[in-house]
Amino acid sequence: MNCRSEVLEVTVEARQVDEAMLALLHTILLHRSTGKFHYKKEGTYSIGTVGTADSDCDFIDFTFVRVSSEELDRVIRKAVCEFKDALNNSGSDGMGQISLEFYQKKKSRWPFSDECIPWEVWTIKVNVVNLANEQERQICREKVGEKLGEKVINVVEVINRNEYLPKMPTQSEVDNVFDTSLKDVQPYLYKISYQITDSLGTSVSTTMRRLIKDTLAL
Amino acid sequence: MDSDLSPQDKKDLDKFIKFFALKTVQVIVQARLGEKICTRSSSSPTGSDWFNLAIKDIPEVSHEAKKALAGQLPGIGRSMCVEISLKTSEGDSMELETWCLEMNEKCDKDIKVSYTVYNRLSVLLKSLMAITRVTPAYKLSRKQGHDYVILYRIYFGEVQLSGLGEGFQTVRVGVVGTPVGTVTLSCAYRTNLAFMSNRAPDEEDGGAFAGVQDSQEVCTTSFSTSPPSQLLHAGKEGGVVVVPCQPHGVDAHLTVEPPLNTPGVITSTPSSGDDEGLSRSGEERREEGRSVSPSDPVESLNAFTRKVGAFVNKPSTQITAANLDLPFAAFAARGLDSEGSDPMVQPPESPPSQSPLQASLHSQGSEGSGPQDDFVMVDFRPAFSKDDLLPMDLGTFYREFQNPPQLTSLSLHISSQSMADDLDSLPEKLRVYEKNIDEFDAFVDMLQ
Repeated sequence: MNCRSEVLEVTVEARQVDEAMLALLHTILLHRSTGKFHYKKEGTYSIGTVGTADSDCDFIDFTFVRVSSEELDRVIRKAVCEFKDALNNSGSDGMGQISLEFYQKKKSRWPFSDECIPWEVWTIKVNVVNLANEQERQICREKVGEKLGEKVINVVEVINRNEYLPKMPTQSEVDNVFDTSLKDVQPYLYKISYQITDSLGTSVSTTMRRLIKDTLAL
Repeated sequence: MDSDLSPQDKKDLDKFIKFFALKTVQVIVQARLGEKICTRSSSSPTGSDWFNLAIKDIPEVSHEAKKALAGQLPGIGRSMCVEISLKTSEGDSMELETWCLEMNEKCDKDIKVSYTVYNRLSVLLKSLMAITRVTPAYKLSRKQGHDYVILYRIYFGEVQLSGLGEGFQTVRVGVVGTPVGTVTLSCAYRTNLAFMSNRAPDEEDGGAFAGVQDSQEVCTTSFSTSPPSQLLHAGKEGGVVVVPCQPHGVDAHLTVEPPLNTPGVITSTPSSGDDEGLSRSGEERREEGRSVSPSDPVESLNAFTRKVGAFVNKPSTQITAANLDLPFAAFAARGLDSEGSDPMVQPPESPPSQSPLQASLHSQGSEGSGPQDDFVMVDFRPAFSKDDLLPMDLGTFYREFQNPPQLTSLSLHISSQSMADDLDSLPEKLRVYEKNIDEFDAFVDMLQ
């Protein structure tokens, strides 16, 4: 099975990074979350209800819809915050990317650890610009709002292709497919990672880290 | 074709499509209410949340949707459409977008109805939620209130996109294949927002759209969220300030909903022009305009707020002050595009406020003297001035304006004197004020 990979690129002002990332990550997660599963005796299950909430952005002319779950929102905000701090501290020209990866766990026999097999990866590339005056900022507010709208349409297009989705799991397997740690919704298993591109256009440190991690994971 | 589908599956599929259509309408209309939507997730299934999504059902909207469907389901050639339009307080209206739920012939026989189709319809509804916040009408709907309201209309049958103007764009929300056809959801939205006046005071809002069934009753439900304000019109090009005093017929269709903290309560008026819906008190009643008697030109000019209606590219509001007895009337715009050539709006560089000391060095009652006198006297021809049409020409005005006579209280030798005088007179003033303290209190109470 091949892993689907989608890339979205946005150019934003420094104070818009948070909201732009939240908007796109939440839009993706909205489509990749279901209600909580409740398994019944006969091997069937029922699904809880997912609520939605509109979120207005303060620095962008944009409103996005997210899943109504404070826990999930906290997790995503924390990740975005770390990404933003890394962007600020890196001293690079403000380029980086944040990745949202949906994966399945495949249990392996000891001594090998469980494999994480991604089936869909969304990469959001960010380019941060600095603007000189208020007028440019105002234009940027609107332009970034429009751009995010286009990205949401792109996301919806991809989702709508109805390509591979993990099979609905039995009760024993549910943790290999879904993140069951939240109490009100159940997104597919996901992980968020980020990379800061240094001025050379390559990201040396994280590449090294990833190589080492992959080697050890074998 | 249907023989492959078990009766139970067929029944389920019909039910899914029916409720999908109803939920689609709810999502679209709620997204144009002008408020933020928030529903709660619930881990324990309630059994009544279709597609495992918490989408509220506004009763009036469901009622309209069911009426439009009239017991049928969206099928091939029978699309369900939700048309979103904007209507200004002046009665002009414009279609903004049309959401279409269609069915085509492409069947997916192998798909499992009760499971895959259901889940995909659920995802499609989520996509719909996301896309409804992205089209241009969303921002407009969030700002509705004083100047305009957003209306919706549901119809069943052939899709009509002609009201969207030229160059409308289409966005596809998604498709779901089923054994009886493919469900498609898309939105066509207007991009050309130049306002076309569709004012038709005697015409009902339902109109005679081709292809709409007879039972169509246009539901003109508006979602204003704030009390209407008085608006003043100016006359058309070249005219005097005159405003029609009677409200337009279409105004009767406007309904104002109760305040914001009771979401979901919408009153709708039938299109028979029933005025009941206008439930505002007399004070706040929105009027189409006010008649202004020409004998109060100054007042009308002063009160005129140049309020540009939504989507107006070129404001058609002009005043000619030529027939009004005002100074500089000749310089007021003459039925031209008033923005560019209004000399009153082109102020000269206003002089920086001069300190008293500096000022007293310059003009001691000097008029027309000042910095210019230090130089060779050149005939001052300011831009846009006319040739001596009036006693006071623009050049003289500029000069006077730049060198105003000093305020007596600011000139040094007088100011010190007045300070001493003030101090001396203070006790006397205090005595007077204390004597009249009751009067002052009464005055303050009156103000409050």
